[in-house]
Amino acid sequence: MPKVPIQLVLNGEERAEFVDSGATLLKVIRDKLGDTSPKGGCHQGTCGACSVEIDGELKLSCLVLAETCGGADVSTVSSLSSDGVLHPLQRAFMENFAAQCGFCTPGMIMAAKSLLDRIPDPTRDDVIEAISGNICRCTGYEPIIQAILTAARANSLTAA
Amino acid sequence: MTLALQNFPSIEAATAALASPGARYLGGGTLVVRAANEGDVELRTFVRATDPRLNDITVSDGAVRLGASVTMASIARHPQLSAIAPAARAVGGPAIRNMATVGGNLFAPAPYGDFAVALLALDAKAEIDGSLIPLEDLLAGRATRYASSIVAGVSFGLPAQGSFRFAKVSRVKPKGISVLSIAATIEMAPDGTVKSARIALGCMADHPVRARAAEAALAGCRLDKEEVAPALALAAEGTSPITDPIASAWYRKEVLPVHLGRLLLS
Repeated sequence: MPKVPIQLVLNGEERAEFVDSGATLLKVIRDKLGDTSPKGGCHQGTCGACSVEIDGELKLSCLVLAETCGGADVSTVSSLSSDGVLHPLQRAFMENFAAQCGFCTPGMIMAAKSLLDRIPDPTRDDVIEAISGNICRCTGYEPIIQAILTAARANSLTAA
Repeated sequence: MTLALQNFPSIEAATAALASPGARYLGGGTLVVRAANEGDVELRTFVRATDPRLNDITVSDGAVRLGASVTMASIARHPQLSAIAPAARAVGGPAIRNMATVGGNLFAPAPYGDFAVALLALDAKAEIDGSLIPLEDLLAGRATRYASSIVAGVSFGLPAQGSFRFAKVSRVKPKGISVLSIAATIEMAPDGTVKSARIALGCMADHPVRARAAEAALAGCRLDKEEVAPALALAAEGTSPITDPIASAWYRKEVLPVHLGRLLLS
């Protein structure tokens, strides 16, 4: 299989790799670059478990070809915590029991982060809309919605 | 199975490459990469044009041109495109809207392609090989005559305030696949009757179609329950809805008049 060189920034770190031509970004992040936080759920764009940010925009890494990400800035949920300190969203997910099996959580948190970056003080409807592309088969969504609203409140308290 | 990506600076060069067997145009990837992930063995090569004009949105004197690579998210947040934003927001969830393109929507098989339904009701023209083609012709020929064409962009007139209406009917909210979608551009005469109507339907055939019988029946009517009734009775005329896990063709035909009625009387 032909290999293609790509260079990108993953979670703030410059990375270079030879990847299979036609490989998805999800596959490259997980199998080549060693970050297994984005999950491969449906590979159809339905479940959102593979959600990452590419140049600040939420996208589905299972539907993006790695070759089209040359020079891009890619962030997964792994970028959110630093030195063992959790991001407010991660802490809120934990404290609100918003993760059960945990498979959807990396995508959910990236979708939530993308929302809070745009709308720091979202309504409940904003939250529902923001996670509408992410499927969770465990929680029934309510704890996730509460976690995101809690994190938004925590952020606004910190900012105040 | 080897897949390759070929990038071309111009649309012309990409069009030439698209003639090879197994070549498919790569826009936002939400349809084509998905097909590859699902094991479409006919797919060999992704072809992409990187001409920056594909990403342009221009709005001047009420005339809109959207480059084919413009995403649903860019339309939804564009300050001068608020009239058609609901149709862009109807597509997928936030991540899909950051990827899904205008061009891809024109080729999206039913039940997808809600934005193409809106463009059809706006009487848009598609730009192919430098000429403008009525969207209705492109949509009807997208699996045959235009199957290997690359749309550079679409053009249409911005609808007058309040004249454009859009509804996506789905079972799951807020992000469900369409049972059907309806877009209507309705021009009113000074006496409060319908001067002209363009109604486009999604999922009522394998591609978006116009409801011409209903459009003709609406002309001269007031938008009230009694006067729109004949148009609603004709809404499904000439359609052959898809049957899929979301709904049967029978169900789509049954509920179309109900939803068209709600849209017209809202």
